[in-house]
Amino acid sequence: MNKLRFFWHKMGPVVTVLLVIIAIWYVATVWLNSAWAYDKAKRADTTISFSQMVSDTMIQDKPLLPAPHQIIKEIYKTTVLKKVTSKRSLIWHGWITLSATLLGFAFGTTFGILLAIGIVYSRAMDMSVMPWVITSQTIPILAVAPMIIVVLNAVGISGLLPKAIISMYLSFFPVVVGMVKGLRSPDQMQIDQMRTWSASKNSSFWKLRLPSSMPYLFASLKIGIAASLVGAIVGELPTGAVAGLGARLLAGSYYGQTIQIWSALICAAILAASLVAIIGTIEKYTLRRMGIQL
Amino acid sequence: MNNPVISANKLSLTYQTNDGPVHALQDINLDIKKGEFVSFIGPSGCGKTTLLRVIAELETPTNGTIQVNGMSASEARMQRAYGYVFQAAGLYPWRTIGGNIKLPLEIMGYSKEQREERVAHVLELVELSGFDKKFPWQLSGGMQQRASIARALAFDADILLMDEPFGALDEIVRDHLNEQLLKLWARTQKTIGFVTHSIPEAVFLSTKIVVMSPRPGRIANIIESTLPRDRSLDIRESQEFLDIAAEVRDGLRTGHADE
Repeated sequence: MNKLRFFWHKMGPVVTVLLVIIAIWYVATVWLNSAWAYDKAKRADTTISFSQMVSDTMIQDKPLLPAPHQIIKEIYKTTVLKKVTSKRSLIWHGWITLSATLLGFAFGTTFGILLAIGIVYSRAMDMSVMPWVITSQTIPILAVAPMIIVVLNAVGISGLLPKAIISMYLSFFPVVVGMVKGLRSPDQMQIDQMRTWSASKNSSFWKLRLPSSMPYLFASLKIGIAASLVGAIVGELPTGAVAGLGARLLAGSYYGQTIQIWSALICAAILAASLVAIIGTIEKYTLRRMGIQL
Repeated sequence: MNNPVISANKLSLTYQTNDGPVHALQDINLDIKKGEFVSFIGPSGCGKTTLLRVIAELETPTNGTIQVNGMSASEARMQRAYGYVFQAAGLYPWRTIGGNIKLPLEIMGYSKEQREERVAHVLELVELSGFDKKFPWQLSGGMQQRASIARALAFDADILLMDEPFGALDEIVRDHLNEQLLKLWARTQKTIGFVTHSIPEAVFLSTKIVVMSPRPGRIANIIESTLPRDRSLDIRESQEFLDIAAEVRDGLRTGHADE
């Protein structure tokens, strides 16, 4: 009984919001798809009642807005019922996007941390690099992505790497900003203390600055991984819709397959939420081990 | 033996601020001999902490010279001539008490066995044996400050500089720690520089009391204590103690008179 109560206490608000969203969704489905239902009836020279119209809006092939159960059915069909090696399997497409996301995230995090170290330790880099880092993020990724794909393709690099680079382009930014702040977070007393021990730059980095920056790093990683996924999906759009969740989105929009678009969208959202949750768990575990109370 | 461990000669430090120069220290002449316990006392802004920081080379004087162990303050810092205890314990939350004490030892390149041995030794000195596996948040404020003193003692520095180490603690804990500190001083034979703004604390602990006055920060009086080195808290009731305290108070007052 207590366990149930505890569960409800934690999940209650989330479930409530979810139910409200689904309710609004169904209302919107009826509202948006009704025009097509009436249209169809008019062309067949019949009139339909309200209840007939409502049931029609739930089963259309290419609805303006698919109903939630249509999307769930489609996801079930393309994940559980398809072999994972099939090109119609969302798991196969999801994996392609995920691998680009993870590679880009690894690149972006490494690059971001290295840049932050440079900015913190070199005045010249602090003055020169930071404005460019900020500028890089003001250019729309949709404009940059095709160029990266084309240029890399011209030098013979295609497949995973170009997508990972677009992913990196989006994910290094939060890491740089967070890590610069994190590496600078030790207070004057802690820095003075290192000085009284006549500590080398190396020691103060590994023993003071880096551990102090951990809470900042994890906050950045959570934003970074979500940005990585967006980057990977955007990177899949200009490749001519070959594979990946981005390709599914594009193909769906070519052929007006709204159910396919929405199921790819929902899968991307679930993927992003899971990735952020995994980082959150690692964060909790690490910071607790470090004695930092959240 | 007669060579001073710390020697300041016509030391001055002036900060340039937007409101014009601030004379944090002016014409400081001071000799501290080996094994002395010297307190720096004065109102806030008198430069007592600044002077301690100059000795530690955390600040650079604008004029005059400072010698520590016969070297410049900078060389002395490089050779790790002193342990410094700050007002806050400043323990790393991600390290255990033992890990915190090992921190300077790791930086200075002591071997693993030496580190273990020294941690055990200094924890015993500050009466925290058995706490090496605990994390800082598991300890009271007083215990944390003792751990930070242990950390400053862990390496071979014969000078201990302390900047109001007990300032944030309540009086009962403070009395206890003062008594412990005297015992520790007797056992280790260190030379101690101690900043405080408490007259009883200064008189109880010190062999020499440096009374400072503000704007410009300078030495108003240096009082050599006649109390025996081996003392307990009861000594605070003695006439001799009260006389010295009165002398310190006089020094503080004259310092303030010409403001």
